[in-house]
Amino acid sequence: MGALVMKARVYVMPKAGVLDPQGKAISHALEGLGFGGVNDVRAGKVIELDLAETDPARAKAAAEEMARRLLANTVIESFRVEIA
Amino acid sequence: MKAAIVTFPGTNRERDMRLALKRATGRDPAMLFHRDALPGGLDLVVLPGGFSYGDYLRCGAMAAQSPIMRDVKDFAAKGGHVLGVCNGFQILIEAGLLPGGLLRNHTLRFLSMDCTLRVERSGTAFTSRWQKGATFRAPMAHGDGNYFADDATLDRLEGEGLVAFRYVDERGEATEAANRNGSVRNIAGILSPNLRVCGLMPHPEDLVDDLMGGTDGLPMFESLAEAFAAA
Repeated sequence: MGALVMKARVYVMPKAGVLDPQGKAISHALEGLGFGGVNDVRAGKVIELDLAETDPARAKAAAEEMARRLLANTVIESFRVEIA
Repeated sequence: MKAAIVTFPGTNRERDMRLALKRATGRDPAMLFHRDALPGGLDLVVLPGGFSYGDYLRCGAMAAQSPIMRDVKDFAAKGGHVLGVCNGFQILIEAGLLPGGLLRNHTLRFLSMDCTLRVERSGTAFTSRWQKGATFRAPMAHGDGNYFADDATLDRLEGEGLVAFRYVDERGEATEAANRNGSVRNIAGILSPNLRVCGLMPHPEDLVDDLMGGTDGLPMFESLAEAFAAA
């Protein structure tokens, strides 16, 4: 029997079309450092979950529900769940 | 008027709010902590400003999940009046009691300065002492006050007269320069469809006495006092 451990990674990003002031500031800083060719920067966050689960589909569904209820504010953020 | 102020770990503007309510109503509000239950018989619940739960995850996101917020949601669902200022507004949004989101200020700067607000909706329990279009000064102190909502939500808010306050310049015009945090359509405060839940970023409670430098914010609390005069 496998251990009840499954990692889920939740990527939370500002929604397309929502202003991302942090991304903009990072973009300006990169430009200041002499990095050319950076068209756009978006800054989000990654939340890692250690789940007591063996079934990837169930783990993903649980993480998605967590993202909808708390981890992301879907008015301003989009999210994506990866199971590792 | 029976009012209660709800605080969370990291709330820090409850004293100003208490003073403003007491000054306008003559009654001391109940001071509640997040572990308390909401007592019955309240007219008004206030969520004051601060940095609840260290602004972890998103401003207001943690407080919105705390047990007392279930009581506050029930209270609002039964037609109770709720006021959220600054972090309190962020909590109301995260709790789903008001629509939209509050993003980082577009300049990435924490704003600690006065702004001018224009009253967009009069005749509510929060704004009856102002005429529509009246302007007043209010202090701001926030890093995440950049109001955002999609166009459909904004059109609904505007169409139903649920925008309470807008950032304006000294002439009362909603200019880009007056909109220091980048809020969509200069929106500083909004109302629920039943006009009983109000959230705004600036702090009217911080201008309710000449010793504070003015009484520009007092009409909000006088409006509330008048709305619940019999209670």
